[in-house]
Amino acid sequence: MISRKKKERIIEGVLAFCGFTTILTTVGIIWVLLSESLSFFSDVSLFDFLTDKEWTPLFTQKHYGILPLLSGTFLTTFIAVVTAVPIGITIAIYLSEYAPKSFRRNVKPALELLAAVPTVVYGFFALTVVTPFLQTIIPGLGSFNALSAGLVMGIMIIPLVSSLSEDALFALPKSLREASYGMGATRFQTAFRVAVPAASSGIVVSVILAVARALGETMVVAIAAGQQPVLTLDPRDSVETITAYIVQVSLGDVQHGSVEYRTIFAAGMTLFVFTFALNQFSYWIKKKYQEKYE
Amino acid sequence: MSNLSINRIIDTAFKYAGIFCTFLGLALLALFIGDILIDGFHRIDWDFLTNLPSRRAEKAGILTAWTGTAWILGLTSIIAIPLGVAAGIYLQEYGKKNRLASFVEVNIANLAGVPSILYGLLGLEIFGRVLHLGGSLLAGAFTLSLLILPIIIVATREALKAVPNSLREASYGMGATKWQTIWLQILPAASGGVLTGIILALSRAVGETAPLIVIGALAYVPFVATSPMDEFTVMPMQIFNWVSRPQHEFLVNGAAAIIILLVITFAMNGIAIYLRNKWQKKVNW
Repeated sequence: MISRKKKERIIEGVLAFCGFTTILTTVGIIWVLLSESLSFFSDVSLFDFLTDKEWTPLFTQKHYGILPLLSGTFLTTFIAVVTAVPIGITIAIYLSEYAPKSFRRNVKPALELLAAVPTVVYGFFALTVVTPFLQTIIPGLGSFNALSAGLVMGIMIIPLVSSLSEDALFALPKSLREASYGMGATRFQTAFRVAVPAASSGIVVSVILAVARALGETMVVAIAAGQQPVLTLDPRDSVETITAYIVQVSLGDVQHGSVEYRTIFAAGMTLFVFTFALNQFSYWIKKKYQEKYE
Repeated sequence: MSNLSINRIIDTAFKYAGIFCTFLGLALLALFIGDILIDGFHRIDWDFLTNLPSRRAEKAGILTAWTGTAWILGLTSIIAIPLGVAAGIYLQEYGKKNRLASFVEVNIANLAGVPSILYGLLGLEIFGRVLHLGGSLLAGAFTLSLLILPIIIVATREALKAVPNSLREASYGMGATKWQTIWLQILPAASGGVLTGIILALSRAVGETAPLIVIGALAYVPFVATSPMDEFTVMPMQIFNWVSRPQHEFLVNGAAAIIILLVITFAMNGIAIYLRNKWQKKVNW
């Protein structure tokens, strides 16, 4: 019979091990991306990777310039964020500053349903509803384009922006608003001159996380944006994002250990660097600028 | 016009802009679900649920896809729930407020922000190649478990945090050990919140496609998986495969499969919201 004390120690050890799997996961991701990328860069120079304007690893004439994939990624992300941020923040301000409590309580879960829809479903939406609709407005628009994928991705991340911003606004003490109302301000003036500035760190964090989410989104762009790695910023063009490229290679028949195989890790590493930096940045803002109201 | 009335007009205008934006998202969701129902509802019948995939759209079914999803759901639960809850308990109840603890916290926040496709690259190398699991159900379940672990951990911690200290002190006062206190008092009291988090995390796993494509899940699997080492497909993979084809008949199949997938994810989310509300009402410390 083991002693009570010993048993407690064993349990704590097991729990600690489970806690450290999260660190192992991070180490694993970085190690996998780094080791495969390093082998990739022993075959392809980093300079070519960063400056070549063509990305054609699957053709006979091979070029390994990441710029076309980056332009596709940034273009769809830009469209998504420009769509989601104004709408999301307006919703957040309306729900926290204007709407009756009962309305807020019922609408918030409904909006969260938007976030619960699997992304492959949004891809279907972009391809079969949004693109045909856009084609009636923009003549000559192809069936795969950055605009449709970006817009739908924007709809998808509205709940992320609205919910995080609303949390930040809702957490403000009532006294701030009451002081503003007491000075004769309208709800609009209170919202934009008092509440939004006071909650700005939380709102900025929501925007950064939305950007990171859009950068890493895969299925919508893989279905609706196409597979054309071209260096363009025209939203009507068919583009390929980093994520869509990884999907394209994964679906094909690429030999393990070949340069083609390693391209997906180099591309993944690039994506990781951006999303990691954004996450760090948002964490830093949260810690540094979080206003404390008593 | 006086400043006062201009301000009032702006105020009212923004109110309607707010209402408009709020309902825009919901209206799009409704439009979209309506469109999918029109496209795909007529396609759903018993054969659609029990047929194997086929190159002929009208004969193709989702048997392998939904059984694959059920397998993934089961295996991921077995792996991720104990691991996530245990990690949450450790970080909340045992973790000390030191550098290491804050490092783990930053790390979890970071993991939650890593794009899901990168988990696929991790799974492809670690589970697929190093552990020789290939594109099996087990490799898929491990990969998705790591993906949803941060969600379960954060939810567990939030739920534990909400349990008042008096409960812990009363338990210690009766001579209980730390683990007895956690297992017999704290965890049952926090179970509603923990369960909500678990269900939301699993619903996320059910809808994931990208990491499974990367680890090598197949779009065309002509048999029902019978062991965790079998190759597999899941509902979102099957939908992606059908949606990628140019023929209209396959799009119809895709819409029909989406209806089934949405029923599953919405049901899981509905249960989670119900539990959350019930738990919030009951627990009034």
